Amino acid sequence: MDNLSTTNSPKGHVLRLHKVVKRYGSFQVLNEVSLDIDEGEVVAVIGPSGSGKSTLVRCIHQLETIEGGSIYLNGELLGYRQDGAHLRALGPRELARQRQQLGMVFQQFGLFPHMTVEENVMEGPVQVLGDSTADARTRARHLLGRVGLAEKVTAYPQMLSGGQQQRVAIARALAMRPKVMLFDEPTSALDPELVGEVLSVVSDLAKAGKTMVIVTHEIAFAREVATRVVFMEGGRILEQGDARETLSNPRTDRLRSFLSRVM
Amino acid sequence: MNTLTSGTMPMSSSTDASPGIGAFVPVDVSAARHRTSPLRWGLTLLLTVAALQIVYFLFTNPRFEWNVVGKYLFSANILTGLGVTLMLTVVAMVIGIVIGTIVAVALLSDFGPGRWAAQTYLWAFRGTPLLIQLIFWYNLAYLIPDISVGLPFLPPLAQWPTNAVITPFLAALLGLGLAEGAYMTEIVRAGLTSVDPRQHDAAKALGMTPTKAFFRIIFPQAMRFIIPPTGNQVIGMAKATALVSVIAMNDLLHSVQIIYNRTYEIVPLLMVAVFWYLVVITLMYGCQSRLERYYSRGHRRDATQVPLASEQV
Repeated sequence: MDNLSTTNSPKGHVLRLHKVVKRYGSFQVLNEVSLDIDEGEVVAVIGPSGSGKSTLVRCIHQLETIEGGSIYLNGELLGYRQDGAHLRALGPRELARQRQQLGMVFQQFGLFPHMTVEENVMEGPVQVLGDSTADARTRARHLLGRVGLAEKVTAYPQMLSGGQQQRVAIARALAMRPKVMLFDEPTSALDPELVGEVLSVVSDLAKAGKTMVIVTHEIAFAREVATRVVFMEGGRILEQGDARETLSNPRTDRLRSFLSRVM
Repeated sequence: MNTLTSGTMPMSSSTDASPGIGAFVPVDVSAARHRTSPLRWGLTLLLTVAALQIVYFLFTNPRFEWNVVGKYLFSANILTGLGVTLMLTVVAMVIGIVIGTIVAVALLSDFGPGRWAAQTYLWAFRGTPLLIQLIFWYNLAYLIPDISVGLPFLPPLAQWPTNAVITPFLAALLGLGLAEGAYMTEIVRAGLTSVDPRQHDAAKALGMTPTKAFFRIIFPQAMRFIIPPTGNQVIGMAKATALVSVIAMNDLLHSVQIIYNRTYEIVPLLMVAVFWYLVVITLMYGCQSRLERYYSRGHRRDATQVPLASEQV
């Protein structure tokens, strides 16, 4: 992968968020959030809890409906269809098709407990993409090898540690060949000694040039791996920029005080 | 013992453990005897005596007429009745499970009219005795003399007399199946709500449609909670089929009744029915525990499969 650390890549924006608004009742979680992400970018989203950063990735993945603004993936409007002069919400089938292009890794892993590790990774390709079982198995084993779990293919998720489960979840998301990987606090549910193994898998993906949006509390990790840091508070993006520069020399007082609290 | 090779102190009997310096020898509790409470000994004795008395009663009371039981046990009429009972149990349960699953999904959906229809169904079919429902279906022809196919309020396209369509067998299936569906609804609903709600997100995140997510991810996990109470329902159903004898269905109980109404050998013939009900239910227990084991795969209870899983690598 060539150097894609700048924000205006010639390849154009993979993901465009335009004035996205999300409300829970009268509480406005996302307040006209706009964000453009280019191919190969690794965007770390940081901020205090309740700042709307988890909601942001859940909205990108269409797990939450948005109340205003719009989200585009490779120029395709997500969740809606332009029908003449009207915008129409997509049905479950079309939504499912759009979601296939986005990989999601949850805080609580979300592995399917009734399937083995390998079956978890094969489920999407076989059931959704229509791959043959043999192809899916070969790919699943390859991916599980990449996250260092080649010897666990026939284990059930409950027999694995949290770190191992999260690495399976990453392999499962990758098996769908997503255009963008979204991570919702992937290490927050892990014991401290297991955080490293998951972060090293994520940083391998970053080196391989995968476009990623990572909601995280691991500031040191964000500095190491992310090309860009986005700081959110109160449903707004308060500051963003090159990861090292922004985290070393925050421009806003809010980010400075946030960093002093978490570092 | 041989690991304690301190050298200076010779290991010997516990009498050496005098309060002197360095004389402390820790015991090993692995050699301890298990304790059995005297109460348990007493109860074991009591239960054994009771069991012996029951066996004695069964074998020595001449009024059981075991020779009569033996004569009818495998007679053609009884076996036909058993077949009808089994058939009714299986088909009515399948109908009940299918209806129960559909109605449970309707109950949990955000579609108002579907929810209300489901609640009305539950209210009507759980709220009235099964016996009344059976007799009602059997006498449907009184309310609706003809069954017709066609559009509402227009002349029918095809028409049959109800009595030709609703045979006693169909009336029994309708009665048992629809009533069972109401109970199965509650069981399936409880099962579905027991699945971790985050599994819905995980399935969606893989790009699954709601239908696929339900059949591949949610329902198989709900089965773990659905099977044990469903086992109860199947056993209940096997016995509830005896009710259909009132609508002249030739089930196990009915075929027994036909014989003892003629011969007055009531007790031995009831014992024949009891024998077959117990055989059927014993077989069902076996199926249930197999199914339970299958659907609890991946959960902590089958940790015994760990070596098996690692062997396959």
